Amino acid sequence: MSSWLEKIVPKIIRSDSERQSNVPEGLWKKCPKCSSVLYRPELEKNSDVCPKCDHHMRIGARRRLDMFLDKEGREEIAANVQPEDKLKFKDSKRYRDRLHAAQKQTGEKDALVAMEGQLEGLPVVVAAFDFNFMGGSMGSVVGEKFVRAANRALEKNIPFICFATSGGARMQEALFSLMQMAKTSAVLEKLKQQGTPYVSVMLDPCFGGVSASLALLGDINVAEPNALIGFAGPRVIEQTVREKLPEGFQRSEFLLEKGAIDMIIERKDLRSTLARVLRKFVNAPVS
Amino acid sequence: MNPDYLDFEQPIAELISKIDELRLVGNRNDLNISAEIDKLSAQATKLTSQIYGKLSAWQISQVSRHPKRPYTLDYIKGVFTEFDELHGDRHYGDDQAIVGGVARLNDLPVMVIGHQKGREIEEKVRRNFAMPRPEGYRKALRLMQMAERFKMPVITFIDTMGAYPGIGAEERGQSEAIAYNLLKMSSLKTPIIATVIGEGGSGGALAIGVCDHLNMLQYSTYSVISPEGCASILWKTADKAAEAAEAMGIAAHRLKELGIVDQIIDEPLGGAHRDFDAINESVKNALTQQVDVLRQQPIEDLLERRYKRLMSYGVQA
Repeated sequence: MSSWLEKIVPKIIRSDSERQSNVPEGLWKKCPKCSSVLYRPELEKNSDVCPKCDHHMRIGARRRLDMFLDKEGREEIAANVQPEDKLKFKDSKRYRDRLHAAQKQTGEKDALVAMEGQLEGLPVVVAAFDFNFMGGSMGSVVGEKFVRAANRALEKNIPFICFATSGGARMQEALFSLMQMAKTSAVLEKLKQQGTPYVSVMLDPCFGGVSASLALLGDINVAEPNALIGFAGPRVIEQTVREKLPEGFQRSEFLLEKGAIDMIIERKDLRSTLARVLRKFVNAPVS
Repeated sequence: MNPDYLDFEQPIAELISKIDELRLVGNRNDLNISAEIDKLSAQATKLTSQIYGKLSAWQISQVSRHPKRPYTLDYIKGVFTEFDELHGDRHYGDDQAIVGGVARLNDLPVMVIGHQKGREIEEKVRRNFAMPRPEGYRKALRLMQMAERFKMPVITFIDTMGAYPGIGAEERGQSEAIAYNLLKMSSLKTPIIATVIGEGGSGGALAIGVCDHLNMLQYSTYSVISPEGCASILWKTADKAAEAAEAMGIAAHRLKELGIVDQIIDEPLGGAHRDFDAINESVKNALTQQVDVLRQQPIEDLLERRYKRLMSYGVQA
């Protein structure tokens, strides 16, 4: 994880990658929540959900799509869109160098991967954020790929699903990144006008410019259990209001109680639940 | 130090205080000192144009936050007539960090909406330092949708550090409120003109900023995060705010070069707060002309242009 992110993302969000490093790489992985030492192949079979405490660990975008879509008939959308550094942005490091490092680490060109495919036989378009790529931050490429994926769903009039996990806007793209909020929201309005279903699945963590645009605009908003979701990060809020945050604040269960999301779905049930829901939205027969 | 002048303006403040002293002396006895006063005034003007001729992004950021700077209600008073303020989101409350209502621009009925900072401490608190909560954004949207029904152009004024990061704001769906405004404004069937008058802070600014024409006052700023916020994250110290301001290109002229902003409205020498009448006139002229142009476009063309504009931000391959 890039260093600037450690500063904005509170410890509680970071715990996954941090504590993980206490256990040697290889066959074993320690659950960041219950500290059980888990056999990696078993864990992977369980979709990276701790079999002891049900903690949903973070997974990359490609793995997410691989788990979610049917094996057959996948096609990646806008795979070749490349980030550019219009502002020649430089802080302690050059943005260009940060991009290269993130690309090397994740094997992705930027923080969003999109595919057309099938969900239990139902044609869908799916996009997924990669939190490992600069904290899943939304720059111009993320915005553009999101729009292209949404356009594919529009053209074919098939459901669009987005898995959102992000620290927010990408500061190194300054106002261009802010404008991605307007850009992605505008294309979702087209889907709404046409009656093309859009499901937003929020994952841990989901904040800032991404949550204040595409992530909360689903016809249906869902979240994985116990994900931290909000506009401002808990630390910023604590510093602003100078009081202790309520128990479970900004967790999926809190959002459900406050009316921000429709349901919480466990990772193992995402495919079957969303397929069942979406088949009704597009009036497809019972599978 | 004169609090009406910023750090980098102190040399001007010194000249001004000399002039004021001379005037006092002049009042007390009959010495003819007007020549000296004229000379100093000319010097002060020259010095001001020198300093303002080469402001850094960080200095512009300070001007944009100047406590004497005109706020939304000042423009409402100076640019429009017959303003009737409308209140409330119809769901939870009335957020005074955003003001809005119907008014006339020349004779034309328009909907005016803007972030409102406070002057005195009581008002600052009441208006939450222009940091809206969800109900502020929902009120804004309610007024915009009403403008759509009654065919009034929407004119917004942007001046906020950002949306409020508070417990209640989160509970009541700050993210959703902002996101929903972005979505609805993209297809609102009436012209929208947005003008950044002070600070354009992040999503909290954009939530009333999706538009057909974007103005920025000469010394206003628009950015994804405040220079201090960016510096403390990327440089690990807020002291690097000046560098962050420069790197992000937050100033009007830079954003115009980058093609994000349509028009810069020039400010009086030394900033908008030095001459309310002058800035009101400039803003009024710009808005009048823009409203005329936008109202002539068939609504379908207007919406298509707005959509293309939104899609053009950033990368298109």
